[in-house]
Amino acid sequence: MSKSTNQNTPYRPVEPWVNKYRPKTVDEVSHQDEVVKALKRSLETGNLPHLLFYGPPGTGKTSTILAVAMDLFGPELYKDRVLELNASDERGIEVVRTKIKNFASFSVSQNNTLTNGKPAAAFKLIVLDEADSMTHDAQAALRRIIEYTSKTTRFCLLCNYITRIIEPLSSRCAKFRFKSLNDTAMIERLRYIASSESMPPVKDEVYQAIHAVSDGDLRKAITYLQSSYRFYGSRELTPDNIYNISGTVPPKLIETLINTCKSNSYDKLQSNLQQLVTKGYPASQILVQIFDQVTNHKSFSDKQKALIAMKIGDVDRNLVDGSEEFLQLFDTVSFIMKQLSDNSNNNNNNNNRMDLD
Amino acid sequence: MLWIDKYKPTSLDQMDYHKDISENLKNMILGGDFPHLLVYGPSGAGKKTRVMATLKEIYGANCLKVKIENKTFKHPSSSKSIQVTTVSSPYHIEINPGEAGSYDRLVIQSIIKDIAQSPPIDSQSFVVILNEVDKLSKDAQHALRRTMEKYANFCRLILCCDSTSKVIDPIRSRCMGIRVPAPTKEEIVKVLQNVAKKERFDLSAEVAGHFAERSNGNLRYALLLLESKKTKEYPFQTNELPLLDWESAIFNVANDMITEQSPARLQVIRGKLYELIGHCIPPDIIMKNLTFALLERIDTTIKYDIIHWAAFYEQNQYFTWKHSLPSLWQSLKSSKWNFNHNITST
Repeated sequence: MSKSTNQNTPYRPVEPWVNKYRPKTVDEVSHQDEVVKALKRSLETGNLPHLLFYGPPGTGKTSTILAVAMDLFGPELYKDRVLELNASDERGIEVVRTKIKNFASFSVSQNNTLTNGKPAAAFKLIVLDEADSMTHDAQAALRRIIEYTSKTTRFCLLCNYITRIIEPLSSRCAKFRFKSLNDTAMIERLRYIASSESMPPVKDEVYQAIHAVSDGDLRKAITYLQSSYRFYGSRELTPDNIYNISGTVPPKLIETLINTCKSNSYDKLQSNLQQLVTKGYPASQILVQIFDQVTNHKSFSDKQKALIAMKIGDVDRNLVDGSEEFLQLFDTVSFIMKQLSDNSNNNNNNNNRMDLD
Repeated sequence: MLWIDKYKPTSLDQMDYHKDISENLKNMILGGDFPHLLVYGPSGAGKKTRVMATLKEIYGANCLKVKIENKTFKHPSSSKSIQVTTVSSPYHIEINPGEAGSYDRLVIQSIIKDIAQSPPIDSQSFVVILNEVDKLSKDAQHALRRTMEKYANFCRLILCCDSTSKVIDPIRSRCMGIRVPAPTKEEIVKVLQNVAKKERFDLSAEVAGHFAERSNGNLRYALLLLESKKTKEYPFQTNELPLLDWESAIFNVANDMITEQSPARLQVIRGKLYELIGHCIPPDIIMKNLTFALLERIDTTIKYDIIHWAAFYEQNQYFTWKHSLPSLWQSLKSSKWNFNHNITST
């Protein structure tokens, strides 16, 4: 791909760090020790089962399989031996029946050696990225193909939700779960990148903030790091910069919103919410953060928390269905307000009717 | 020429507000390049203006010389062809994938793949602006994921939307998000007065304040309002702006609901709502405004119920009807029933 970019001109597009710092070997993959151990063993023997990687986004599924493929085939054979298909390619049942089947059924030479002297693996690899967005029909068509081409081809399915892969398919593969990164693993990687990009020193609290807003998603974290570096230049970063880049609402604003809920005035609540929305914060984000704060809030009783959490769940679904954001948010916060005021009046009988909805 | 076009800032330096964003954008493009961007904020906050100004900063004034083209895409399996209007310059192309309806995925893929197949010679990356990404189908959004990574060397995507709630997570994590908040009232007043000065008429801060108040942070709307008012009745009166026709109609509905709760009145209200919908006022806006109008005048004890039912029925309309009416009537009936219920119970 990068061949056609002209190297002679002084201008060169900056590569996203996410691509630049993709692990090149299986060893470099952060934090997925069990997976790496198992994969390395099978790499040593040069044999590989069919694989199914699943886990939240940004945990290194694609990176791992690309590194495995590189290790097995080297850059020379990579092109001939690996077929990578993802959701952006057409891959309905037609493609499974023609493209995948054709690619899978050709046999490969048994005795290729790579430039580093290792014998190349005697099979091909088909990587189906984002496999959970394949239709069930296409998955069903794959079942038999996987079996009778197993002499020459290994499949690797990558997905976020294993439940969306049909059972017969997942039972044919060795499953590996990728877990979200904890703060030490993530910060270590971020530090490494920051120092190799010769960024000015970044404070610990900034790294903590990146970890907090990225939810264990390393890709997100690296994008935030790069974005904030590009966006704020060589100025020193603060956690607020990170919140800004990631679109997170500053925790203080959410706190004010929840405090307004205690005022028992709908007008105040409405104007406060209106302010938040005109500042451009997305409703889903506000909702998630309200949830975080409410669950950690001391002034709510357990029952209230449970009811509010239920409400937030409902509203979240409504938002996904495409409802008007303001009304939905308004509904949520006024529900919280009602819960709080009911409590102070020691009058919990009223809301039973509402809870049934 | 409309004022909104005439006084649209074309460079980052001319931007009237959010200086910090402009400053940071400049910083970012210092190297001549930028990551994929996701620009979001309420409508009329200046997202597109900012994007175009950024492009101008990178590529020079040439990128403002745009041409409008109708592109046709062939569906690979059926004989259907899809037409989409594109706005393009030598450096960028802008599309509204929503136009393609359920074929949006196809359009995005063919456009990006076209560009990747014939990259610009001087190796500058090409910019693709996608508007209203929140209206893209989930399918199309998924298709964007890997495409964005794969062709990152050739083209940069700038995605614009009102809210990122409907943009899937994998796309958000691949972009640098830029939030463009709506201008504050004072900022709008300042812009309006600037325009007035250039158009040589008087606009007191008080009157401009009314416009700003009405616009709800939508600068485009504020300017349009100002222009239409200027042609209609100048000099301005200092009193508050009268409500628009449809706004007062909704107001009336709210009044009707409060003054009397009976089947006969329901019939009247129903007629009014039909008329509103007949005038192409989107149901969600009717619902929202109606709720606000009601909230102003009812007892605190039933406010929660009104909000709750408004949210409930606004959401349900998406299942039962698309821009048609029966359910709104039903919703009204119920929220009204509820309303009755509450009035009697309180």
